[in-house]
Amino acid sequence: MQGLIDRLTALLSDGTVARVIGWKKGDMAYNPEPHMFETAESLKDFVYDGFCGANLSKMMIEASKLEGKTAVCLKPCDTYSFNQLIREHRVVRENAYIIGVGCRGKLDIEKIKKGNKGITSISGTELDGSDDIKIETIYGDKNISYKDALLDRCHVCKGKDHMIFDEVWGESKDTADQERFAEVEKIEAMTPEEKFAFFRNELSKCIRCNACRNVCPACSCRKCIFDNTKFDAQQKANVVSFEERMFHIIRAFHVAGRCTDCGECSRVCPEGIPLHLFNRKFIKDIDKFYGEFQAGKDPEAQSPLTDFTFEDIEPGERG
Amino acid sequence: MSMNEEKTEFRPLIVAFCCNWCSYAGADLAGSSRLSYPADVKIIRVPCSGRVNPMFILRAFERGADGVIICGCHPGDCHYSTGNYYARRRMTLLFSMLDYMGVENGRTRVEWCSAAEGVKFSNTMNEFCEKVKSLGKSVRLGDIRCKD
Amino acid sequence: MYKIAIKDLNTLFSKIAEEQELILPIKKAGQYNFGVYEEGCDIDGILTNKTVKSGKDAFFPQFETLYNVRKKITPADELENGEEAANTKIRTKLTIEAEALKDKDFVIFGMRACDVKGVEVLDQVFLTDPVDNYYKARREHGIIVALACHEPEESCFCTVFGIDPADPSKSKADVATWIVGEELCWKPITEKGEALTKKIESLLASADDSAVDAEIANITSIMDKLPNTKLSLEGWGKGKTDEKFNSDVWQKIYTPCLGCGTCTFVCPTCQCYDIKDYTTKDGIQRYRCWDSCMYSDFTLMAGGQNRTSQVQRFRQRFMHKLVYFPDRYDMYSCVGCGRCVDKCPQSLNIVKVIKAFENEQKEAGANV
Repeated sequence: MQGLIDRLTALLSDGTVARVIGWKKGDMAYNPEPHMFETAESLKDFVYDGFCGANLSKMMIEASKLEGKTAVCLKPCDTYSFNQLIREHRVVRENAYIIGVGCRGKLDIEKIKKGNKGITSISGTELDGSDDIKIETIYGDKNISYKDALLDRCHVCKGKDHMIFDEVWGESKDTADQERFAEVEKIEAMTPEEKFAFFRNELSKCIRCNACRNVCPACSCRKCIFDNTKFDAQQKANVVSFEERMFHIIRAFHVAGRCTDCGECSRVCPEGIPLHLFNRKFIKDIDKFYGEFQAGKDPEAQSPLTDFTFEDIEPGERG
Repeated sequence: MSMNEEKTEFRPLIVAFCCNWCSYAGADLAGSSRLSYPADVKIIRVPCSGRVNPMFILRAFERGADGVIICGCHPGDCHYSTGNYYARRRMTLLFSMLDYMGVENGRTRVEWCSAAEGVKFSNTMNEFCEKVKSLGKSVRLGDIRCKD
Repeated sequence: MYKIAIKDLNTLFSKIAEEQELILPIKKAGQYNFGVYEEGCDIDGILTNKTVKSGKDAFFPQFETLYNVRKKITPADELENGEEAANTKIRTKLTIEAEALKDKDFVIFGMRACDVKGVEVLDQVFLTDPVDNYYKARREHGIIVALACHEPEESCFCTVFGIDPADPSKSKADVATWIVGEELCWKPITEKGEALTKKIESLLASADDSAVDAEIANITSIMDKLPNTKLSLEGWGKGKTDEKFNSDVWQKIYTPCLGCGTCTFVCPTCQCYDIKDYTTKDGIQRYRCWDSCMYSDFTLMAGGQNRTSQVQRFRQRFMHKLVYFPDRYDMYSCVGCGRCVDKCPQSLNIVKVIKAFENEQKEAGANV
């Protein structure tokens, strides 16, 4: 990590970049926060470890409007989002200096906290750390394997290559060990009653906090349709049978063909709703109906929903 | 006139989004040719099938529709050249998603129907209406606040 | 003091639920949330795990109907006067049906000392003039059974606000309970609590008051070890508006804030709400739902002059908790439950805010 800090300091000092977007050390063992560093001195608080799961590409929408270049640390999967933002003209490529940081999968604190309360320190989560992480709690210490604590999205990793970068720091690892569409297929195989029950059970937890929307790099509208005060299905009212289902279907629809499957929505949901299941279903359908497509792989590629062929299948076909 | 008098038979509420240039004219033709289709079908005229936002469809269900059908010009005949091609992709994905969430197959449909196809329009509506009738009242996508 | 074996809790719950509604933490799709007890609901682990939302919903639900307005048009042939029949305005009648107030007792089990303090905060707002009838009715009929925190977590810092998580009998709860070994100790505090205890007495065995002493001592010692319980509130509270409002620290720390409502919705004390109309089939339903000061349309007025930038919204939330509320009601409106610490998607929270100001002060002191 010191190597990365040194490099960022050098970039700031020689004026290549005016600021750095990275992660700032948290006050606990596992809560670094995204941060914009403006001075070389402030970089002493910079951190990059297993808990830096946040996708920083969305912060570039605002940052690329600022004077001068901004260095941004992007993990391999974050670079897909960045490419997609370039595609949609939401960021200015020339104003970004992309440090492709290495990644060996990011950790899910919720998984670690299960059975481990009162955490005082966690070690071994750095990029070059061990296969085991050591958790110290006030109730006793414990070792768990890094792999067991990975975020769900890391089990279906898209690969270790950065899609766009100015320089790469650190080694990346492809952590995929599960079939990407396995979860979706499991639901597809259910009866309509089971499907409905499954989603009702999950979505009834939704508190309409909009964290999934606000963190999503594809949700970059200046004003969301669900924030429109003149529209009476506007946010906020949860609990009622229909509202939250419409919100999640429409949100997934709005990002269909643009969603890179970065998994931030599921990571941030305070109620642990597997929101990626909606997006991944659209991705699977698009792959099946219109040919393999990975949003953000190529900033020039046409999104499937703004494209068509004369031979497209007719609606009614179920994916 | 009120439906309360005939509670015995279920009459579905069907919303049909018809494009201004083909399907709406097709409905007109069906009317002037004295072809019948059920009065349960409420037609909403849209400029193009490409105008139909997925939210319209969910909104219709929320507000008590039992089935939603979208009618547009045949692919290749769109008044705006390509609107229905985009609609086709959107609706394909949306219907697949609804199925994924456990909404019964058959409550949604897309049909291409030109201004000359009054017979087709009337047949489609009859068929669709029967289908939805057999599925019964839509409960999975309705909002309890919109019930009686 | 009474006690009951923890393995018999289900019997206790169904006994309570026989006579009144019982709200308690329930495990659903992997998360703990307060919900209404039903036969067969999953109560595994509810005694030791923190719920995602606090029990605030029981008194101040996230969504509630205030009244319904219905429009009824009398059919023309039912009118005698032909002239009237032609005028739909005359034939249209509006009826307004107010939503009934809560009139039945209910029990809420498993609130922690911090949650109960949260209710106390809400009391300040809703029970002082003008009194909120909906809230008041629920408060009057609600019986709070509080539970001592057997396993406080690292995000907890309630002691900073003078709350004792070890001894809920010091809170405004009606019954206090403790986990002692394989048993749950049960101590009624108020009259309401006594009455509830009477109803379920057949299931309880009597116990000595000292039975919970060890548990209280244990919890207290754990709290001492937790990192956030050393937080200092110096510089916050009454009369600090100008000093804190104009500080440039806000600008430095707000950037990661997404503007989502997670922190406000999981908070036991956030009490802002919005009132909206929903168009139903034959009228409107006026409802109220929680609002969040983090949202762009919060307190939006016709002129468009609400807080227009995220830094203003961010500042509002913490100023309200730590300055405005003490100014007005003489108590902090944060109870240190740590839910925002756990749940913020960007790991930004009230503890970090307080610490950032502390550091700023230290640095300013060093520079002088």
